[in-house]
Amino acid sequence: MALLEVSDLWVSYGMIAALRSVSFKLEEGQVVTLIGANGAGKSTTLNTLSGLLRASAGSIRFNGVEMIGRRPDRIAAMGMVQVPEGRQVIANMSVAENLTAGAHVRRDGRTDEELAAIYARFPRLNERRTQKAGLLSGGEQQMLAVGRALMMQPTLLMMDEPSMGLAPLLVKDVFRIIAEIKERGISILLVEQNARQALAIADYAYVLERGKVVAEGTAAELSNNPAILAAYLG
Amino acid sequence: MDSFLQQVVNAVSLGAIYSLFALGYALVFSILGVLNLAHSAVFMTGAFVGLLLVDKLHQPLWIAAPLAMIAAGFVSILLEFVAFRPLRQRGAARMSQLISSIGAALLIVNLAQLAFKPLWGGTEAYFPQGLVPDQPIVIEALSLRIVPIRMIILVIALALVIALQYLVMRTRIGQQMRAVAFNQRTAALLGINVGRVYVLTFFLAGLLGGAAGLLYGLVFLNVTPFIGDDVALVGLTAIVLGGLGSINGALVGGFLVAAIQTFSIAIGGSNYKNAVVFGLLFVLLLARPQGLFGQSESTRA
Repeated sequence: MALLEVSDLWVSYGMIAALRSVSFKLEEGQVVTLIGANGAGKSTTLNTLSGLLRASAGSIRFNGVEMIGRRPDRIAAMGMVQVPEGRQVIANMSVAENLTAGAHVRRDGRTDEELAAIYARFPRLNERRTQKAGLLSGGEQQMLAVGRALMMQPTLLMMDEPSMGLAPLLVKDVFRIIAEIKERGISILLVEQNARQALAIADYAYVLERGKVVAEGTAAELSNNPAILAAYLG
Repeated sequence: MDSFLQQVVNAVSLGAIYSLFALGYALVFSILGVLNLAHSAVFMTGAFVGLLLVDKLHQPLWIAAPLAMIAAGFVSILLEFVAFRPLRQRGAARMSQLISSIGAALLIVNLAQLAFKPLWGGTEAYFPQGLVPDQPIVIEALSLRIVPIRMIILVIALALVIALQYLVMRTRIGQQMRAVAFNQRTAALLGINVGRVYVLTFFLAGLLGGAAGLLYGLVFLNVTPFIGDDVALVGLTAIVLGGLGSINGALVGGFLVAAIQTFSIAIGGSNYKNAVVFGLLFVLLLARPQGLFGQSESTRA
Protein backbone atom coordinates (compact mmCIF):
# COMPACT_ATOMS: atom_id res chain seq x y z
CA MET A 1 0.00 0.00 0.00
CA ALA A 2 1.31 3.40 -0.98
CA LEU A 3 1.78 5.96 1.79
CA LEU A 4 -0.19 8.51 -0.21
CA GLU A 5 -2.63 7.64 -2.94
CA VAL A 6 -4.49 10.40 -4.71
CA SER A 7 -7.08 9.29 -7.20
CA ASP A 8 -9.32 11.16 -9.60
CA LEU A 9 -9.07 14.39 -7.64
CA TRP A 10 -11.19 17.31 -8.82
CA VAL A 11 -10.98 20.79 -7.34
CA SER A 12 -12.61 23.93 -8.63
CA TYR A 13 -12.54 27.62 -7.84
CA GLY A 14 -16.13 28.59 -8.52
CA MET A 15 -16.82 27.54 -12.10
CA ILE A 16 -13.19 27.02 -13.01
CA ALA A 17 -11.78 23.53 -12.61
CA ALA A 18 -8.29 23.87 -11.13
CA LEU A 19 -7.61 20.14 -10.87
CA ARG A 20 -9.13 17.71 -13.34
CA SER A 21 -8.93 14.10 -12.35
CA VAL A 22 -5.47 14.21 -10.85
CA SER A 23 -4.09 10.88 -9.71
CA PHE A 24 -0.68 10.07 -8.31
CA LYS A 25 0.93 8.12 -5.53
CA LEU A 26 3.90 8.18 -3.24
CA GLU A 27 5.53 5.17 -1.63
CA GLU A 28 6.89 5.37 1.89
CA GLY A 29 10.40 6.86 2.01
CA GLN A 30 10.18 8.33 -1.49
CA VAL A 31 10.68 11.83 -2.76
CA VAL A 32 8.00 12.51 -5.36
CA THR A 33 7.90 15.78 -7.22
CA LEU A 34 5.12 17.59 -9.00
CA ILE A 35 6.49 19.82 -11.70
CA GLY A 36 4.75 22.16 -14.07
CA ALA A 37 4.34 25.77 -15.06
CA ASN A 38 2.76 28.50 -13.01
CA GLY A 39 -0.95 27.87 -12.61
CA ALA A 40 -0.71 24.19 -13.51
CA GLY A 41 -2.32 23.24 -10.19
CA LYS A 42 0.70 22.28 -8.09
CA SER A 43 -0.09 24.47 -5.09
CA THR A 44 -3.78 23.69 -5.45
CA THR A 45 -2.90 20.02 -5.10
CA LEU A 46 -0.88 20.56 -1.91
CA ASN A 47 -3.53 22.81 -0.38
CA THR A 48 -6.21 20.24 -1.10
CA LEU A 49 -4.06 17.53 0.47
CA SER A 50 -3.65 19.79 3.52
CA GLY A 51 -7.40 20.35 3.76
CA LEU A 52 -7.27 24.08 3.03
CA LEU A 53 -9.22 23.54 -0.20
CA ARG A 54 -12.18 21.27 -0.66
CA ALA A 55 -12.13 18.63 -3.35
CA SER A 56 -15.32 18.30 -5.37
CA ALA A 57 -14.57 14.66 -6.20
CA GLY A 58 -11.92 12.02 -5.79
CA SER A 59 -10.05 10.54 -2.90
CA ILE A 60 -6.88 11.16 -0.91
CA ARG A 61 -5.72 8.12 0.99
CA PHE A 62 -2.93 8.53 3.51
CA ASN A 63 -1.82 5.28 5.14
CA GLY A 64 -5.03 3.88 3.72
CA VAL A 65 -7.19 6.46 5.50
CA GLU A 66 -9.43 8.84 3.55
CA MET A 67 -8.35 12.43 4.23
CA ILE A 68 -10.94 14.40 2.27
CA GLY A 69 -13.29 16.27 4.57
CA ARG A 70 -10.85 16.45 7.45
CA ARG A 71 -9.83 19.76 9.01
CA PRO A 72 -6.35 21.07 8.17
CA ASP A 73 -5.18 20.89 11.78
CA ARG A 74 -6.28 17.24 12.00
CA ILE A 75 -4.49 16.41 8.77
CA ALA A 76 -1.30 18.02 10.07
CA ALA A 77 -1.65 16.13 13.34
CA MET A 78 -1.93 12.88 11.38
CA GLY A 79 1.52 13.50 9.90
CA MET A 80 0.83 15.26 6.60
CA VAL A 81 2.71 18.49 7.17
CA GLN A 82 3.05 21.30 4.65
CA VAL A 83 5.83 23.86 4.31
CA PRO A 84 3.82 26.54 2.52
CA GLU A 85 4.86 28.63 -0.42
CA GLY A 86 6.66 31.80 0.60
CA ARG A 87 7.66 30.15 3.94
CA GLN A 88 4.95 31.96 5.96
CA VAL A 89 7.07 32.24 9.06
CA ILE A 90 5.20 34.21 11.69
CA ALA A 91 7.00 37.52 11.37
CA ASN A 92 6.15 38.96 14.78
CA MET A 93 7.10 35.82 16.72
CA SER A 94 10.60 34.91 17.74
CA VAL A 95 12.47 32.13 15.96
CA ALA A 96 12.00 29.86 18.99
CA GLU A 97 8.27 30.53 19.13
CA ASN A 98 7.93 29.79 15.42
CA LEU A 99 9.66 26.46 15.90
CA THR A 100 7.34 25.40 18.70
CA ALA A 101 4.16 26.82 17.16
CA GLY A 102 3.15 23.45 15.71
CA ALA A 103 5.00 21.14 18.09
CA HIS A 104 1.84 20.25 20.02
CA VAL A 105 0.91 17.79 17.24
CA ARG A 106 3.97 15.60 17.84
CA ARG A 107 2.97 12.09 18.75
CA ASP A 108 6.31 10.94 20.19
CA GLY A 109 6.78 13.67 22.82
CA ARG A 110 10.39 14.23 21.73
CA THR A 111 9.98 17.98 21.28
CA ASP A 112 13.12 18.97 23.15
CA GLU A 113 15.34 16.49 21.31
CA GLU A 114 14.03 17.64 17.95
CA LEU A 115 14.52 21.29 18.87
CA ALA A 116 18.10 20.61 19.90
CA ALA A 117 18.70 18.73 16.65
CA ILE A 118 17.31 21.61 14.59
CA TYR A 119 19.46 24.16 16.40
CA ALA A 120 22.49 21.94 15.86
CA ARG A 121 21.73 21.55 12.15
CA PHE A 122 20.93 25.26 11.65
CA PRO A 123 23.31 27.24 13.87
CA ARG A 124 21.97 30.49 12.40
CA LEU A 125 18.58 29.76 13.92
CA ASN A 126 20.24 29.00 17.23
CA GLU A 127 22.08 32.33 17.21
CA ARG A 128 18.87 34.14 16.44
CA ARG A 129 16.39 32.22 18.54
CA THR A 130 15.12 35.28 20.39
CA GLN A 131 14.93 37.47 17.29
CA LYS A 132 11.70 38.14 15.45
CA ALA A 133 11.37 35.79 12.47
CA GLY A 134 10.48 38.71 10.21
CA LEU A 135 14.04 39.98 10.57
CA LEU A 136 15.62 36.82 9.12
CA SER A 137 16.92 36.63 5.55
CA GLY A 138 14.99 34.65 2.95
CA GLY A 139 17.31 31.66 3.27
CA GLU A 140 17.08 31.69 7.06
CA GLN A 141 13.30 31.93 6.87
CA GLN A 142 13.25 28.84 4.66
CA MET A 143 15.37 26.96 7.22
CA LEU A 144 12.96 28.13 9.91
CA ALA A 145 9.93 26.99 7.91
CA VAL A 146 11.50 23.56 7.39
CA GLY A 147 12.54 23.31 11.03
CA ARG A 148 9.07 24.30 12.14
CA ALA A 149 7.58 21.52 10.01
CA LEU A 150 10.08 18.94 11.35
CA MET A 151 9.02 19.89 14.87
CA MET A 152 5.60 18.52 13.94
CA GLN A 153 6.97 15.01 13.35
CA PRO A 154 5.85 14.64 9.73
CA THR A 155 5.42 11.27 8.08
CA LEU A 156 4.92 13.06 4.79
CA LEU A 157 6.46 16.48 4.28
CA MET A 158 4.85 18.53 1.52
CA MET A 159 7.04 21.36 0.33
CA ASP A 160 5.70 24.13 -1.89
CA GLU A 161 8.42 25.83 -3.93
CA PRO A 162 11.11 25.72 -1.24
CA SER A 163 13.72 27.22 -3.56
CA MET A 164 11.59 30.13 -4.67
CA GLY A 165 13.28 33.51 -4.45
CA LEU A 166 16.55 32.15 -3.08
CA ALA A 167 20.04 32.82 -4.43
CA PRO A 168 21.61 29.85 -6.31
CA LEU A 169 23.93 28.97 -3.43
CA LEU A 170 20.98 28.80 -1.03
CA VAL A 171 18.99 26.72 -3.50
CA LYS A 172 21.75 24.10 -3.29
CA ASP A 173 21.46 24.24 0.50
CA VAL A 174 17.72 23.69 0.34
CA PHE A 175 18.09 20.60 -1.84
CA ARG A 176 20.83 19.26 0.43
CA ILE A 177 18.44 19.61 3.36
CA ILE A 178 15.70 17.82 1.44
CA ALA A 179 18.13 14.95 0.85
CA GLU A 180 18.92 14.85 4.58
CA ILE A 181 15.25 14.75 5.49
CA LYS A 182 14.77 11.84 3.11
CA GLU A 183 17.71 10.08 4.81
CA ARG A 184 15.74 10.26 8.05
CA GLY A 185 13.01 8.21 6.41
CA ILE A 186 10.53 11.05 6.02
CA SER A 187 8.64 10.90 2.71
CA ILE A 188 8.55 14.10 0.70
CA LEU A 189 6.12 15.52 -1.82
CA LEU A 190 7.97 18.33 -3.54
CA VAL A 191 6.37 21.01 -5.67
CA GLU A 192 8.94 22.90 -7.69
CA GLN A 193 9.30 25.15 -10.67
CA ASN A 194 13.00 24.37 -10.60
CA ALA A 195 12.36 21.09 -12.41
CA ARG A 196 15.99 20.18 -13.04
CA GLN A 197 16.91 20.29 -9.36
CA ALA A 198 13.69 18.59 -8.37
CA LEU A 199 14.21 15.69 -10.78
CA ALA A 200 17.78 15.30 -9.59
CA ILE A 201 16.55 14.46 -6.11
CA ALA A 202 13.20 12.78 -6.80
CA ASP A 203 12.48 9.07 -7.08
CA TYR A 204 9.45 9.71 -9.20
CA ALA A 205 7.84 12.72 -10.85
CA TYR A 206 4.51 13.85 -12.23
CA VAL A 207 4.09 16.67 -14.73
CA LEU A 208 1.02 18.84 -14.28
CA GLU A 209 -0.41 20.96 -17.03
CA ARG A 210 -3.59 23.00 -16.67
CA GLY A 211 -4.84 20.86 -13.83
CA LYS A 212 -4.06 17.48 -15.35
CA VAL A 213 -1.25 14.98 -15.05
CA VAL A 214 0.25 14.88 -18.55
CA ALA A 215 3.34 12.80 -17.90
CA GLU A 216 4.93 10.74 -15.19
CA GLY A 217 7.99 8.61 -14.68
CA THR A 218 11.25 8.26 -12.87
CA ALA A 219 13.54 11.24 -12.97
CA ALA A 220 15.68 9.47 -15.57
CA GLU A 221 12.71 8.74 -17.82
CA LEU A 222 11.42 12.29 -17.72
CA SER A 223 14.87 13.76 -18.22
CA ASN A 224 15.09 11.82 -21.48
CA ASN A 225 11.65 12.83 -22.69
CA PRO A 226 12.20 15.51 -25.37
CA ALA A 227 8.81 17.17 -24.78
CA ILE A 228 9.49 17.50 -21.04
CA LEU A 229 13.01 18.65 -21.73
CA ALA A 230 11.77 21.41 -24.01
CA ALA A 231 8.91 22.54 -21.80
CA TYR A 232 10.37 22.38 -18.31
CA LEU A 233 14.09 21.85 -18.45
CA GLY A 234 14.93 24.10 -21.41
CA MET B 1 -14.44 73.03 39.03
CA ASP B 2 -12.50 70.28 40.71
CA SER B 3 -8.78 70.42 40.96
CA PHE B 4 -6.60 69.16 38.14
CA LEU B 5 -5.47 66.23 40.25
CA GLN B 6 -9.09 65.31 40.92
CA GLN B 7 -9.74 65.23 37.18
CA VAL B 8 -6.76 62.95 36.67
CA VAL B 9 -8.10 60.52 39.26
CA ASN B 10 -11.51 60.52 37.60
CA ALA B 11 -10.06 60.10 34.13
CA VAL B 12 -7.85 57.20 35.17
CA SER B 13 -10.67 55.12 36.63
CA LEU B 14 -12.97 55.83 33.69
CA GLY B 15 -10.07 55.06 31.37
CA ALA B 16 -9.58 51.68 33.04
CA ILE B 17 -13.16 50.75 32.16
CA TYR B 18 -12.85 52.05 28.61
CA SER B 19 -9.61 50.13 28.14
CA LEU B 20 -11.08 46.87 29.38
CA PHE B 21 -13.98 47.33 27.03
CA ALA B 22 -11.84 48.36 24.06
CA LEU B 23 -9.59 45.32 24.57
CA GLY B 24 -12.52 43.14 23.60
CA TYR B 25 -12.90 44.95 20.29
CA ALA B 26 -9.16 44.74 19.71
CA LEU B 27 -8.89 41.01 20.50
CA VAL B 28 -11.65 40.04 18.10
CA PHE B 29 -10.45 42.42 15.42
CA SER B 30 -6.90 41.14 15.58
CA ILE B 31 -8.05 37.55 15.07
CA LEU B 32 -10.93 37.99 12.61
CA GLY B 33 -10.16 41.32 11.00
CA VAL B 34 -13.78 42.25 11.70
CA LEU B 35 -15.22 44.67 14.23
CA ASN B 36 -17.65 42.99 16.58
CA LEU B 37 -20.22 45.76 16.99
CA ALA B 38 -22.22 43.58 19.36
CA HIS B 39 -19.45 43.97 21.93
CA SER B 40 -21.42 46.83 23.51
CA ALA B 41 -24.26 44.36 24.12
CA VAL B 42 -21.75 42.04 25.83
CA PHE B 43 -20.78 45.00 28.03
CA MET B 44 -24.43 45.47 28.93
CA THR B 45 -24.75 41.75 29.66
CA GLY B 46 -22.02 42.01 32.29
CA ALA B 47 -23.84 44.84 34.06
CA PHE B 48 -27.24 43.17 33.66
CA VAL B 49 -26.22 39.77 35.02
CA GLY B 50 -24.26 41.41 37.84
CA LEU B 51 -27.27 43.46 38.84
CA LEU B 52 -29.59 40.48 38.55
CA LEU B 53 -27.42 38.39 40.86
CA VAL B 54 -26.93 41.12 43.41
CA ASP B 55 -30.36 42.71 43.43
CA LYS B 56 -32.71 39.79 42.75
CA LEU B 57 -30.75 36.72 43.82
CA HIS B 58 -29.01 38.45 46.75
CA GLN B 59 -25.56 37.18 45.94
CA PRO B 60 -22.50 38.92 47.32
CA LEU B 61 -20.49 40.88 44.79
CA TRP B 62 -17.51 38.55 44.90
CA ILE B 63 -19.73 35.79 43.57
CA ALA B 64 -21.78 37.99 41.24
CA ALA B 65 -18.79 39.59 39.54
CA PRO B 66 -17.10 36.45 38.17
CA LEU B 67 -20.46 34.97 37.20
CA ALA B 68 -21.39 38.16 35.34
CA MET B 69 -18.08 38.04 33.48
CA ILE B 70 -18.56 34.39 32.54
CA ALA B 71 -22.14 35.05 31.39
CA ALA B 72 -20.85 37.87 29.19
CA GLY B 73 -18.16 35.51 27.91
CA PHE B 74 -20.80 32.99 26.86
CA VAL B 75 -22.93 35.64 25.16
CA SER B 76 -19.79 36.63 23.29
CA ILE B 77 -19.20 33.00 22.21
CA LEU B 78 -22.81 32.85 21.07
CA LEU B 79 -22.11 35.84 18.83
CA GLU B 80 -19.30 33.92 17.18
CA PHE B 81 -21.57 30.95 16.50
CA VAL B 82 -24.63 32.92 15.40
CA ALA B 83 -23.43 36.21 13.93
CA PHE B 84 -19.96 35.45 12.58
CA ARG B 85 -19.18 31.79 11.91
CA PRO B 86 -22.09 31.00 9.55
CA LEU B 87 -21.25 34.02 7.42
CA ARG B 88 -17.51 33.35 7.48
CA GLN B 89 -18.04 29.76 6.37
CA ARG B 90 -20.03 30.96 3.39
CA GLY B 91 -17.20 33.32 2.52
CA ALA B 92 -19.32 36.42 3.22
CA ALA B 93 -17.70 39.83 3.02
CA ARG B 94 -16.45 41.38 6.24
CA MET B 95 -19.01 44.13 5.81
CA SER B 96 -21.87 41.65 6.10
CA GLN B 97 -20.32 40.20 9.26
CA LEU B 98 -20.19 43.74 10.65
CA ILE B 99 -23.87 44.29 9.82
CA SER B 100 -24.72 40.91 11.29
CA SER B 101 -23.05 41.94 14.55
CA ILE B 102 -25.10 45.15 14.64
CA GLY B 103 -28.24 43.05 14.26
CA ALA B 104 -27.13 40.76 17.07
CA ALA B 105 -26.51 43.80 19.30
CA LEU B 106 -30.03 45.11 18.71
CA LEU B 107 -31.47 41.68 19.44
CA ILE B 108 -29.59 41.31 22.72
CA VAL B 109 -30.55 44.82 23.85
CA ASN B 110 -34.20 44.09 23.01
CA LEU B 111 -34.08 40.85 24.98
CA ALA B 112 -32.66 42.78 27.92
CA GLN B 113 -35.50 45.29 27.59
CA LEU B 114 -38.00 42.44 27.75
CA ALA B 115 -36.30 41.11 30.88
CA PHE B 116 -36.02 44.52 32.56
CA LYS B 117 -39.78 45.14 32.47
CA PRO B 118 -40.89 42.30 34.77
CA LEU B 119 -37.74 42.43 36.89
CA TRP B 120 -37.50 46.13 37.60
CA GLY B 121 -40.72 47.53 36.14
CA GLY B 122 -39.08 49.66 33.50
CA THR B 123 -35.83 50.10 31.72
CA GLU B 124 -33.82 51.45 34.58
CA ALA B 125 -32.50 49.72 37.65
CA TYR B 126 -30.02 50.52 40.39
CA PHE B 127 -27.35 48.71 42.28
CA PRO B 128 -28.18 48.90 45.99
CA GLN B 129 -26.56 51.76 47.86
CA GLY B 130 -23.62 50.74 50.01
CA LEU B 131 -22.88 47.62 47.98
CA VAL B 132 -19.39 48.93 47.54
CA PRO B 133 -17.88 51.32 50.07
CA ASP B 134 -19.02 54.77 48.96
CA GLN B 135 -17.50 56.91 51.67
CA PRO B 136 -14.92 58.99 49.78
CA ILE B 137 -11.36 59.07 50.95
CA VAL B 138 -10.58 62.75 51.34
CA ILE B 139 -7.06 64.02 51.04
CA GLU B 140 -7.39 67.64 52.16
CA ALA B 141 -3.86 68.69 51.35
CA LEU B 142 -4.41 67.86 47.69
CA SER B 143 -8.13 68.71 47.79
CA LEU B 144 -8.77 65.20 46.53
CA ARG B 145 -11.88 63.06 46.99
CA ILE B 146 -11.45 59.49 45.92
CA VAL B 147 -14.41 57.15 45.96
CA PRO B 148 -13.07 53.69 46.87
CA ILE B 149 -14.84 51.98 43.96
CA ARG B 150 -12.70 53.98 41.58
CA MET B 151 -9.54 52.58 43.15
CA ILE B 152 -11.00 49.08 43.11
CA ILE B 153 -11.77 49.45 39.42
CA LEU B 154 -8.26 50.47 38.65
CA VAL B 155 -6.82 47.50 40.51
CA ILE B 156 -9.21 45.01 38.92
CA ALA B 157 -8.67 46.43 35.45
CA LEU B 158 -4.90 46.31 35.80
CA ALA B 159 -5.02 42.75 37.10
CA LEU B 160 -7.15 41.65 34.14
CA VAL B 161 -4.90 43.42 31.65
CA ILE B 162 -1.77 41.85 33.11
CA ALA B 163 -3.44 38.44 33.06
CA LEU B 164 -4.38 38.95 29.42
CA GLN B 165 -0.87 40.02 28.46
CA TYR B 166 0.52 36.97 30.21
CA LEU B 167 -1.93 34.69 28.45
CA VAL B 168 -1.23 36.11 25.02
CA MET B 169 2.53 36.40 25.27
CA ARG B 170 3.53 33.52 27.53
CA THR B 171 1.17 30.58 27.10
CA ARG B 172 0.63 27.94 24.42
CA ILE B 173 -2.89 29.14 23.73
CA GLY B 174 -1.66 32.73 23.45
CA GLN B 175 0.96 31.57 20.96
CA GLN B 176 -1.82 29.92 18.97
CA MET B 177 -3.90 33.10 19.09
CA ARG B 178 -0.95 35.07 17.73
CA ALA B 179 -0.42 32.49 14.99
CA VAL B 180 -4.08 32.74 13.95
CA ALA B 181 -3.89 36.54 14.05
CA PHE B 182 -0.88 36.39 11.74
CA ASN B 183 -2.55 34.14 9.19
CA GLN B 184 -5.27 31.58 9.80
CA ARG B 185 -4.21 29.32 6.92
CA THR B 186 -0.65 29.16 8.21
CA ALA B 187 -1.98 28.48 11.70
CA ALA B 188 -4.16 25.64 10.41
CA LEU B 189 -1.14 24.09 8.66
CA LEU B 190 0.64 24.22 12.02
CA GLY B 191 -2.00 21.92 13.44
CA ILE B 192 -3.84 24.70 15.25
CA ASN B 193 -7.60 24.34 15.56
CA VAL B 194 -8.51 27.78 14.24
CA GLY B 195 -12.19 27.47 15.12
CA ARG B 196 -11.34 26.78 18.75
CA VAL B 197 -9.03 29.78 18.87
CA TYR B 198 -11.88 31.95 17.58
CA VAL B 199 -14.20 30.69 20.30
CA LEU B 200 -11.61 31.29 22.98
CA THR B 201 -10.94 34.79 21.68
CA PHE B 202 -14.62 35.67 21.81
CA PHE B 203 -14.80 34.26 25.32
CA LEU B 204 -11.85 36.37 26.51
CA ALA B 205 -13.29 39.46 24.83
CA GLY B 206 -16.59 38.73 26.57
CA LEU B 207 -14.96 38.31 29.99
CA LEU B 208 -13.24 41.67 29.67
CA GLY B 209 -16.29 43.41 28.17
CA GLY B 210 -18.52 41.95 30.87
CA ALA B 211 -16.13 43.10 33.59
CA ALA B 212 -16.10 46.57 32.07
CA GLY B 213 -19.91 46.66 32.01
CA LEU B 214 -20.23 45.53 35.61
CA LEU B 215 -17.64 48.05 36.83
CA TYR B 216 -19.35 50.80 34.85
CA GLY B 217 -22.64 49.89 36.52
CA LEU B 218 -20.99 49.94 39.94
CA VAL B 219 -19.50 53.39 39.39
CA PHE B 220 -22.69 55.03 38.17
CA LEU B 221 -24.95 52.63 40.11
CA ASN B 222 -27.66 52.61 37.47
CA VAL B 223 -28.05 50.03 34.75
CA THR B 224 -30.24 50.16 31.66
CA PRO B 225 -30.47 47.90 28.61
CA PHE B 226 -28.84 50.74 26.71
CA ILE B 227 -25.66 51.34 28.72
CA GLY B 228 -23.70 49.70 25.93
CA ASP B 229 -24.51 52.73 23.80
CA ASP B 230 -22.56 54.92 26.24
CA VAL B 231 -19.36 53.11 25.45
CA ALA B 232 -19.82 51.69 21.95
CA LEU B 233 -18.40 54.69 20.13
CA VAL B 234 -15.94 55.46 22.88
CA GLY B 235 -14.49 51.97 22.60
CA LEU B 236 -14.25 52.18 18.83
CA THR B 237 -12.55 55.53 19.13
CA ALA B 238 -10.10 54.04 21.60
CA ILE B 239 -9.04 51.23 19.28
CA VAL B 240 -8.87 53.42 16.20
CA LEU B 241 -6.81 55.90 18.18
CA GLY B 242 -4.54 53.17 19.49
CA GLY B 243 -4.31 51.21 16.24
CA LEU B 244 -6.82 48.52 15.30
CA GLY B 245 -6.04 45.11 16.68
CA SER B 246 -3.28 46.28 18.99
CA ILE B 247 -3.62 45.35 22.65
CA ASN B 248 -1.39 48.15 23.87
CA GLY B 249 -3.18 50.50 21.50
CA ALA B 250 -6.56 49.65 23.01
CA LEU B 251 -5.17 50.24 26.51
CA VAL B 252 -3.65 53.61 25.73
CA GLY B 253 -6.61 54.58 23.56
CA GLY B 254 -9.05 53.86 26.39
CA PHE B 255 -7.19 56.04 28.88
CA LEU B 256 -6.69 58.77 26.29
CA VAL B 257 -10.37 58.98 25.40
CA ALA B 258 -11.32 59.05 29.10
CA ALA B 259 -8.83 61.83 29.75
CA ILE B 260 -10.07 63.91 26.82
CA GLN B 261 -13.69 63.45 27.88
CA THR B 262 -13.03 64.25 31.52
CA PHE B 263 -11.06 67.39 30.81
CA SER B 264 -13.39 68.66 28.14
CA ILE B 265 -16.29 68.27 30.57
CA ALA B 266 -14.32 70.13 33.21
CA ILE B 267 -13.49 72.94 30.82
CA GLY B 268 -16.45 73.22 28.49
CA GLY B 269 -19.30 71.25 30.00
CA SER B 270 -20.60 67.85 29.09
CA ASN B 271 -22.26 68.97 25.84
CA TYR B 272 -18.97 69.00 24.04
CA LYS B 273 -17.27 65.90 25.40
CA ASN B 274 -17.87 63.71 22.38
CA ALA B 275 -17.31 66.51 19.90
CA VAL B 276 -13.87 67.04 21.39
CA VAL B 277 -13.07 63.32 21.36
CA PHE B 278 -14.05 62.89 17.74
CA GLY B 279 -12.39 66.14 16.69
CA LEU B 280 -9.11 64.93 18.13
CA LEU B 281 -9.60 61.51 16.59
CA PHE B 282 -10.05 63.15 13.21
CA VAL B 283 -6.90 65.23 13.57
CA LEU B 284 -4.89 62.24 14.76
CA LEU B 285 -6.02 60.08 11.89
CA LEU B 286 -5.03 62.75 9.39
CA ALA B 287 -1.54 62.71 10.82
CA ARG B 288 -1.28 59.00 11.58
CA PRO B 289 -3.89 56.90 9.78
CA GLN B 290 -2.68 53.63 11.32
CA GLY B 291 -3.32 54.91 14.86
CA LEU B 292 -0.78 55.36 17.62
CA PHE B 293 0.30 51.72 17.82
CA GLY B 294 -0.81 50.66 14.39
CA GLN B 295 2.61 49.44 13.37
CA SER B 296 3.78 47.61 16.41
CA GLU B 297 2.94 44.18 15.02
CA SER B 298 4.46 42.44 18.00
CA THR B 299 1.60 43.51 20.23
CA ARG B 300 -1.08 42.08 18.00
CA ALA B 301 -2.86 39.07 19.28
